[in-house]
Amino acid sequence: MRLRVWIRLTWPVVPVIMALLVTSIILILFGTSPKTAVGAMTEGAFGNLSKVLQVLGFLVPLMLSASGLLVTFTAGLWNIGVEGQIIIGAIMASWVALKIDLPTPLQITLELLAAIVGGAVWAGLVALLKTRGGVNEIFSGLALNNLAIILTNYLISGPWQPPEGGTFRGTQPFAENALLPLLGDSRFSPLSLVLAIIAFGMVVVALRGTFWGLKLKALGKNPKSAFLLGVSSEREVILALMFCGGLAGLGGGIRVLSWFDSLRQSISGGIGFLALLVVMLSSYQVFLVPPISFFFSAVLMGSTTLHLRTGLHPSLGGILTGVMVLFVLLFGDYGKLFTKRKKPSPPIVQEISHE
Amino acid sequence: MNDFDQLIKTLSSIVLQSSPLMLAVCGETITERAGLINLSLDGTMLLAAMTGFIVGLKTSSLILGFLAATIVGMLFALIVAFGSIRLKQSQVAVGFVLTLLGDDLSAFLGQNFTRIPGPFVMKLGIPILKDIPILGPLFFDQDLVVYFSIVLVGLTWWFLFRTQPGLKLRGVGERPEAAFARGVKVNQLRYLYALIGGGLVGIAGAAYSLDVKLGWSEGHTRGLGWIALAIVIFGGWSPIRGAIGALLFGATKALATVLQQTFPQISVVAFNGIPWILMIAVLLVSTSELTERFINIMPISWRRPMRRFLRVSGPMALGTPFGED
Repeated sequence: MRLRVWIRLTWPVVPVIMALLVTSIILILFGTSPKTAVGAMTEGAFGNLSKVLQVLGFLVPLMLSASGLLVTFTAGLWNIGVEGQIIIGAIMASWVALKIDLPTPLQITLELLAAIVGGAVWAGLVALLKTRGGVNEIFSGLALNNLAIILTNYLISGPWQPPEGGTFRGTQPFAENALLPLLGDSRFSPLSLVLAIIAFGMVVVALRGTFWGLKLKALGKNPKSAFLLGVSSEREVILALMFCGGLAGLGGGIRVLSWFDSLRQSISGGIGFLALLVVMLSSYQVFLVPPISFFFSAVLMGSTTLHLRTGLHPSLGGILTGVMVLFVLLFGDYGKLFTKRKKPSPPIVQEISHE
Repeated sequence: MNDFDQLIKTLSSIVLQSSPLMLAVCGETITERAGLINLSLDGTMLLAAMTGFIVGLKTSSLILGFLAATIVGMLFALIVAFGSIRLKQSQVAVGFVLTLLGDDLSAFLGQNFTRIPGPFVMKLGIPILKDIPILGPLFFDQDLVVYFSIVLVGLTWWFLFRTQPGLKLRGVGERPEAAFARGVKVNQLRYLYALIGGGLVGIAGAAYSLDVKLGWSEGHTRGLGWIALAIVIFGGWSPIRGAIGALLFGATKALATVLQQTFPQISVVAFNGIPWILMIAVLLVSTSELTERFINIMPISWRRPMRRFLRVSGPMALGTPFGED
């Protein structure tokens, strides 16, 4: 009996250990000692103040997208299109930054609003295709992600190419007054972190304290009975997706206006997918999202440093986080693993159906 | 005459280009017909393409390369099947994480083998048959991968719709309770067909790196796994319709190349969007209510064939786990 309690308490650590084990084996295969790698990664994430600020700068769009995804996951939706929503947000913010010139506060407000609208509209397309066209959100989202990437490439190689000619790398840098106020020499904007915290707070309140949150939960747990109780699934699906898209778009806008200073080729670079992993790892527990987002940001920044130091491919961070999430998904639920008895636990995320 | 030869050449290259996609679609159709969704296709194909290429290069054996890729595909399918059948976890979630993991693993493990020449499958015309006009160069003057995929499509169709075990397979995907009551070991069959399907997806990955899109580089087949998943739906979970879907996809890509040459003023980038717009359009037609409305304004005698042609519906128990206890 005591052993069982022990296992239950230490269980959450197991995925972390497994992920470290798998990555260590891979590192040894490539002739790098895991100890050096961990050293380089920790230094890359927390070595000095500017590294920490870099982690925070990366964290903001990730946390915004993850907060949005909490809403869609609650409604039982797989918003894989979040990556594209980030990109469209970035494009819209860049559009305002390149074409409009206003005093700084107005300019930034307009840019961020455009980003929110862009992300929400892109997510609205997914919602419309789902509710009106019966197209599963996974496929439409994925196609729209790729279309957003292609649109970026088109813009930076065509209409928005820098005056010296299209290089396929990015637009010309935005004017100084179009950028978010940055902290010192870093690419981190404190204002953006405040926005991310406000957004996260809004999501917590919406999910826990409003009737809308309750309706979304009903929809996610059992769409049929929710419908019978008078929850309009079409309206809630559209609202949930557009809410998530708006936050993701804001994240994309912040990324071009602080992390970068122009629209670049891989503007998101997988932040949306990483946000999906964050929410999956949190097992949809709201308050786990910020710490996990922070941890993932640190891992990703660390693996970039590892790449610069040792030349190893930066996808190591992705492997580490991926293995961790996989183990949590498979073995995280201790109850399901060792007992043969059926436990009635309603699924939070509805399964894909091709109806 | 010259134009005609050019056309035949383009068509035969479309058949070659589509063959890995046909394999992947066939594999996933088998898995989904048994009621399991393996969403990890994109990652599986990337990892299998990388593994197949490196093993083929290191051992100078194509067979070992394809074998290694098959094992990778089966391994990922096993994780999805085990997660959903034994652990009762969401198969969409597990599959999606495997997609990302396969992508990252292939990028990392294959980083020292990018853009180098490696082994490749030789063209092997079938004597006599290859001299048939039109059909010969299209289907009988290709390589073993193409022959294998064409034979596999036919064989899978025959197995699914004309044999007893195929009936059981479909039963497991449509009404697992009924199949179970008749003594069919539902979960055992789901494991089996997940493994077979996953193995075929693995072969499809290696067919890219060793035949159709030679070599390895980061993200070598990225996106094609998702295209295959969409084609399975478009194909109405039938291997033959799926194969036609794969060929049409290959044809659109060829058409895009031609259009690009005809309209050089349009940015090259814009043409890359065609597959994805097509993906949405195709799913919209096969699943939307609007299609139903459109069919219903047609003359009555047209409705049935049109519905059969345009609409699809999946296995009833697709994606739902089955508890035997």
